Amino acid sequence: MAKKSIRIRAKVKKGVTEVKTLISHPMETGLRKNKKTGKKIPAHFIQEVTCEHNGKKVLGADWGVAISKNPYLSFKFSGGNKGDTIKISWADNKGKSDSAEAKVR
Amino acid sequence: MTSTSIKRRTFLKGSLASSVLGVAIGAGVLTPRMVLAAWPKSAFDAKNVNDTLNALYSTTNTSKSSDIKIKAPDIAENGAVVPITVTTGIKDVESISVLVEKNPQPLTALFTMGSNTEGFVSTRVKMGKTSKLIVNIKAGGKVHTASKEVKVTIGGCGG
Repeated sequence: MAKKSIRIRAKVKKGVTEVKTLISHPMETGLRKNKKTGKKIPAHFIQEVTCEHNGKKVLGADWGVAISKNPYLSFKFSGGNKGDTIKISWADNKGKSDSAEAKVR
Repeated sequence: MTSTSIKRRTFLKGSLASSVLGVAIGAGVLTPRMVLAAWPKSAFDAKNVNDTLNALYSTTNTSKSSDIKIKAPDIAENGAVVPITVTTGIKDVESISVLVEKNPQPLTALFTMGSNTEGFVSTRVKMGKTSKLIVNIKAGGKVHTASKEVKVTIGGCGG
């Protein structure tokens, strides 16, 4: 994807790293209807999100359709240092995926 | 062996070439859902809380815990964006699941925690109408649960 779909902020404080991330994604539920045609808009949502710290998985998330549009996700883990790499990747039900990396500040 | 599993076999053989993957999806042999084998489809398809619990933990026997804190608004003006934060003091958390009781499919999110991940998760969910938020935490083979009622004044599913 040409446009970056993931924004990551990671900050370490007292040995605990807090990661905040925003993903831009429509997150269609498959229940909504197009008002003009009356046809259902097909479901299109992120199913899996993986968060890695220096290549080690710290959080896996399986999502359903009820996660809000442009999902926000935040989590904490211990043992992170400044300059470490945080990698977030997602995959949706249409087979699309994206990933991004950021340094812990 | 059913015909679908034969197709799956063929698919596994060819899965090294990403083009094959694309063709397989294009031909409708595989829906993208099947590609993500780890995604617990049955749990996400479940229509009520008990079915979801059964699919996730193969039990509906959960114990109430005061050590799970759910931070969510008492009244959500917009059901499409309800910020929730789950914090827990429970040790060795394996997974956290978030359910919205009255949504068509209650299971909203399932978080799998790493060994050094803190008991903290924050995200935003959609709620169709006023409902209970249920958080289940699996730790040490037990399922701990807590819930919080959120009133929704505008639904999240109508757009």
